[in-house]
Parts: sequence; structure tokens; C-alpha cells
Amino acid sequence: MTSAAEALTRAHQQEWARVVGSLTRRFGDLDLAEDAAAEAFATAVETWPTDGVPPNPGGWLTTTASRKAIDRLRRERKRDGKHQEALVVHDDSPPEPLGPVDDDRLRLIFVCAHPALAMEARVALTLRMVGGLTVAEIARAFLVQEVAMARRITRAKAKIAAAHIPYRVPTAQDLPQRVDGVLAVLYLVLNEGYLASGPDADPLRPDLTAEAIRLTRLLRELLPDDGEVAGLLALMLLTEARRPARVSADGELVSLAEQDRGAWHADLIAEGHRLVRERLASGRPPGRYQLLAAINAVHTDARDVRDADWSQVVALYDQLVRLDPSPVVALNRAVAVAEVDGPDVALAAVDRLADALTGYRAFHATRADLLRRLGRSAESRAAYDAAIALGGNAAETAYLSRRRDRLAPPR
Amino acid sequence: MQYLVSVIHDSDALADSDEMAAIDAFNDKLQAQGSWVFAGGLAAPEASTVIDNRGESPVLTDGPFLETKEFVIGFWIMEAPDLDAVLQLAAEGSRACNRKLEVRPIR
Repeated sequence: MTSAAEALTRAHQQEWARVVGSLTRRFGDLDLAEDAAAEAFATAVETWPTDGVPPNPGGWLTTTASRKAIDRLRRERKRDGKHQEALVVHDDSPPEPLGPVDDDRLRLIFVCAHPALAMEARVALTLRMVGGLTVAEIARAFLVQEVAMARRITRAKAKIAAAHIPYRVPTAQDLPQRVDGVLAVLYLVLNEGYLASGPDADPLRPDLTAEAIRLTRLLRELLPDDGEVAGLLALMLLTEARRPARVSADGELVSLAEQDRGAWHADLIAEGHRLVRERLASGRPPGRYQLLAAINAVHTDARDVRDADWSQVVALYDQLVRLDPSPVVALNRAVAVAEVDGPDVALAAVDRLADALTGYRAFHATRADLLRRLGRSAESRAAYDAAIALGGNAAETAYLSRRRDRLAPPR
Repeated sequence: MQYLVSVIHDSDALADSDEMAAIDAFNDKLQAQGSWVFAGGLAAPEASTVIDNRGESPVLTDGPFLETKEFVIGFWIMEAPDLDAVLQLAAEGSRACNRKLEVRPIR
């Protein structure tokens, strides 16, 4: 019995995207593919425990889902009462190698993360079609009503069908840009799990970070030569490795400097470092994710925060600023500058970002910390208040409140 | 598959000579590769009239059905196999006419 349950879980993780992908290619209809895949898995839940696990679970699921899809098309044709063009496209030939790498799952990923869809639709669709999460799970993850999430996914599928978003891997020429779009989706999933956004959300969402990592591993398997894919995977692993130390027993966020490094996942750190080294050895200029991964590699390299090579971190941020001159990157760079050139130099850099980042919690939290270190308690307190007023999750608020309350009392 | 590619702009000023030359070259390319169906420039929205003859007699209303800061000032109808293909053409078209474009599939 347990083995059937285990086989189902494994099949769901390993085969869902493949089943949806191969049905989408065969029938040219995401909606049909999704429903038929869900029905096939439901049938497996019913039959595998009694009939036993089929020798080739993936093949069984694809065949079962195809039959369900054909049944549905027949039913719909009968119900419509008129002769329609044969909707079933019999295409059992292997897909034509249109892109540099071809795989039904890869096609599926590129459709779901298509730049013509709104970002929130791309995230939802990717988690549903590629990740196999249920609509209810995705709705919960993003604190959205299930009905609203279902509508978002339905609307995205309708646009894909109506606008003829092609089911194929982009051409070599378009690939880097399109991969970037996919990585943005996966990074967003990771970030929501890394530090959930609402005050009512659990501060850390290991289900989401795990899903982001699983999907990025899949993408890396499909595009092993893409440096940015490797970079994002490394960044995710090095981030996830620190999760056990990031929230204290009483639910407060723990800063990097205060984290118990012994609690970090050593195996994830080792894998992340290996990927970063591999990218460095390639000698090719790193992209954004590779640089972020390298920064995290430096952070996770030191046994103690005092041993961290901050000038290396600043140098990496300098490279990142050239690729992405956004105020958020400049803010993060300033945090590293504080360790090299002192909090006064960093504060001057942070204050220059005031116009752009006044609504950004981390801006006020960073200022508060720098002001505290400069002994400017009253200003620091005001900055902590501003950060808290912007309302993060409970663990962030607890952390900021404690830091604020530790300041010298106002005279 | 056909797409309506609308030109969106906040003024009804005609394309200048550089833009016009670029549009001509772009149109030639569309025709040469079989993507061209039709195209046209439109008069200002103020020149439009809305007519509704669903009742007893036609009701005419002056002006566009929706007043907006930006409006459709021209269009192409393009033939393309899929959205990616038409978006690639539209990217070139937007560069040529120096205006935003909206791509919408025709059913």
C-alpha cells in the first residue's frame, strides 16, 4: 500500500509536466491536456493501490490521459450534435526539433511563462501546468481566493488559445530573452516562499521554495548549458540552505550575521558552491543570477560573519549594478559597502535612493541599522518605525521591533 | 491566422518623413513575405460617428464611443502563423512608425 502511495507521489512529481506536455502537443489544447492529466492521476489514485503500480507509470499515465482526452472530445462532439472537423490530431511522431533543445516539458514551460501573459498569470500557470500544484494550493500560496485564482488561470489559457501562442521552444536567437522570462517566474516563486509578503502569511513557505527549486532543477536538466539557469539554481540552493536558521524559535526573523551557521544545510551549500565554481570556470561573463549566486556563495563561505570577504561582495555588486542599475541593487550594494568603508559612507549612498525607495521596507530597515551603528538613535528609531509601518510578515515585524526597542531610550 | 495590429498614439499628427520612409520599407517587407493583408491610417477620433440602429431608428452620436488620452490612429491586418511570429513583425512595425502597437487576434 505504502509503495503505491509513494509511487503516486513520485509519478506526480516526475510525470505530471510530461503528461500535460505530451497531451498539449498531441491535442493542441492546454485546457484539455490539464483536465485529462488530472483525470488520469485520479484514476491512478483509485486503481494503483489495488491493481498494483504499472511497470512504466509515466507511460501508463500518458496513455490513460490520452484516452480520457479522446473520450471527452467524442462526448463533446456528440453533445454538439453536429459533425465537426476531426479535433483529434493524430500526431504520434516525435516532435520536430524546432528549437535548440526540444522536449514537451520545455515547450510547456515556455508557453506558461510567455511574455504576452501578465506576470501573475505566468506564475499561476507555471505552477499549475508544469508544477502540478492544484488551483487551491496556488491560491493559498498567494493569498488569493480560489475562485479568483481559477479565473486567472482560465483567462490565461483562453488567451494562449485565442492569440495562438505557439507551443514550441523559441529559436536560438530568442532563447536567452525567453529563458530570462522563465527564470523571472521561478525567482518570483522562490521569493514569495523566501519571505512571504503579507502580515497573515507564514513568514517562510518551504512548499514554495521547494517547488521553485524543483522546477529550476527541471529547467537545468533541459538546458544544461545555460549559465543563468545554473546561476538561479545555485542562488536558490544557497538561499534555501539557510532556511532553518532564518526564523528563531519564537518566530522572529534572524539576520544573516546572527544566524546559527551550524543549522544551515551543508549539502545544499556544497551543491550551490559547486555550481558557482562551475560557472566561474566557464570563463563566460556572468549574468544577474550568476552574480547573485556568487554573492550568496561568499556569504555562505565564511565560518563566521566577521570572516566574510566583504570587498569581494562589493566587487560582485559593482558588476551587478552594471547589468541592473536599479535602486534595489544599489541598496543591497550599500549594505556591503558599510562593512568595507563604514556605515557613514553606506548611509550617504542609501540616502541618495530615498526618492525611489520610500515605499520599500528594506530601504527604511537598512537606514535604521546604519543610523543605529552611527549612534544616531532618534533617527534610527524613526526609520525603524517607517519600516514597521510598511507592514511585512509577522517575523519581519518582530525582528524590526526588537531592534528598535534595543536602541538607547530617547532623552 | 490573422491579427489586427492597431497603432496607438496620443496625437493624430501624421508620420514625419523619416517615419514614413521606414513604414514604406516595412510594408514592402510585409508584402514580399506574404504577411500583408491590409493597412490604413485613420483620421482623428473626433471625426468619428457612432451609429446604433438596434432600436426603431438609427441614433447617431458624434465622436468616438470612448474618449481616451491615447487612441487608435491606424492599423495593419497581418497574416502570421502564431503570436510569436506576429509579435516579431509588430516589434519592427512599432520601430518603423515610432508608435506603440496593440496586437489582437482576429477570430
